[in-house]
Amino acid sequence: MAEREQRRRNAPSRTETEVVEEPAPSSPRGEKLKADLDDLLDEIDEVLEDNAEEFVRNYVQKGGQ
Amino acid sequence: MAIPKVCGIETEYGVHASGPDANPVSASSILINAYAAEVDRRTRWDFEDESPERDARGYAREGALPPMVETHLANTVLTNGARYYVDHAHPEYSTPECYDPLELVCHDKAGEEILRRSMVAAAALPNSPEVVVYKNNSDGKGNSYGCHENYLMDRTAPFASVVTGIIPHFVTRLIYTGAGKVGAETTAFGAETVHYQISQRAEFFEEMVGLETTLKRPIVNTRDEPHADPKRFRRLHVIVGDANLAEVATFLKVGTTALVLAMIEDEMTPAKELALSDPVRAMHQVSADLTLSRPLRAADGSTITALEIQWEIFAAARRYAKEKGLDVIGGEQVGEMVLDRWEAVLTGLESDPGSLADQIDWLAKRSLVEGYRDRHGCSWDDHRLAALDLQYHDLRPARSLFSRLPMERLVDDAAIAAAVTEPPRRTRAWFRGRCLAEWPDAVVTANWDSLVFDVGGDPLRRVPMMDPLKGTADHTASLFESCDSPSELLERLSS
Repeated sequence: MAEREQRRRNAPSRTETEVVEEPAPSSPRGEKLKADLDDLLDEIDEVLEDNAEEFVRNYVQKGGQ
Repeated sequence: MAIPKVCGIETEYGVHASGPDANPVSASSILINAYAAEVDRRTRWDFEDESPERDARGYAREGALPPMVETHLANTVLTNGARYYVDHAHPEYSTPECYDPLELVCHDKAGEEILRRSMVAAAALPNSPEVVVYKNNSDGKGNSYGCHENYLMDRTAPFASVVTGIIPHFVTRLIYTGAGKVGAETTAFGAETVHYQISQRAEFFEEMVGLETTLKRPIVNTRDEPHADPKRFRRLHVIVGDANLAEVATFLKVGTTALVLAMIEDEMTPAKELALSDPVRAMHQVSADLTLSRPLRAADGSTITALEIQWEIFAAARRYAKEKGLDVIGGEQVGEMVLDRWEAVLTGLESDPGSLADQIDWLAKRSLVEGYRDRHGCSWDDHRLAALDLQYHDLRPARSLFSRLPMERLVDDAAIAAAVTEPPRRTRAWFRGRCLAEWPDAVVTANWDSLVFDVGGDPLRRVPMMDPLKGTADHTASLFESCDSPSELLERLSS
């Protein structure tokens, strides 16, 4: 089993100059999404079922396709 | 040769009813009957041409019951050309046949809207239990139900080449089609602990190819039931997908798959060099690998990641588009949109998956679950995380978490509202839907490939629709304008 190669994918969009891909969190898009998520998390307890344990336990389905 | 990828999605929705007498079969019937009563739909489904036991590999199972025996239940056809019915104790919505992936996104969303309206209609009935609907694929306790895609294919494409060509795509497209799940519920992962996985559905698959849909589920389903002229067409029935709420995810799920199937028909798929040594195991590995970096074992002994396979398929698709054009997946505009999105999503997955949290279900849900964990410091077996997972898929506006996320849209609310009642214009769904809208009392039964009319006096008249690309608005709009009655329509059709 000497010849196990790691294949390289052929990414057409990639150019030589694109070396640094980090850090993601500072991208404006990532920041905006995070801010929106924070807003949702602030109010999520009003949306979540009061008794999570019972809610989850009662959700039983018959199998389907 | 590649033919237009007419496509549709059938979704089995999760259903829960509360109350002492509640059961999922009656709850599903209540939903459908309540909706049908509200829109005054009387046309029933016709099982005449159904044969789900016929196998694409060329044989039929003896002694199997026709589907009617198990589904003597609510079953209706809508003016948008869709079928809405009870199947396996779930309400199921089958979109009408669509002409391109974007149109199918719209009709899939219209299905969600119809389920929401059904919940409202059911709640207004006296003495009915509260019925709640979820667009997901498992109950977290080992029971799974499906979201199936269907694609029109050329009968002359050898089924064996469809199988080898599509498997690498089905295994790896998960990285953008997965709907995400907290925990695991089968033995697919052995001793490995899985706190969060990419797919709702992947761990339920045990075989590579087969006819089953409820046991020993196969990656490629061989059901050979074209609902069209069997000499010319095949319908690839895809059972391996997750139900998506994110529009971008549905668009890519259908768009990329339609493109790969067209490539297979034109013998331009890179699949041979991408063959995996154990696709079922590989699919489980892809679902459990949130880093998207785990190498999968290829058939030739080398290793390759899911992302690398997707880049290979994408590159081949670009080459295909350049050489053959994109007419078969709905034209240049929508075809280029599939390719551009595909590339952007693979790039995002590679460099900054978090930036796709507004496009891809498993990443959206993951950001929600991780954010909640950070705030509350809960462990992975905390019930609140399982509740978050379930409520991501909850269709009740007051409880839906998906609808509170800033997800990117591809179709607008007005288009979705129109698709609740209007059929797609470029397939035979147009003819079905228009007949039902114009003459609901004359159409006795309907199914995918025929309509049966009762125009009084004479015997019932069956109108076959064996070509999904005929009966379009272009073909028949003038007929509907000029005919005043169903008998006149039948007369014109037979002359």
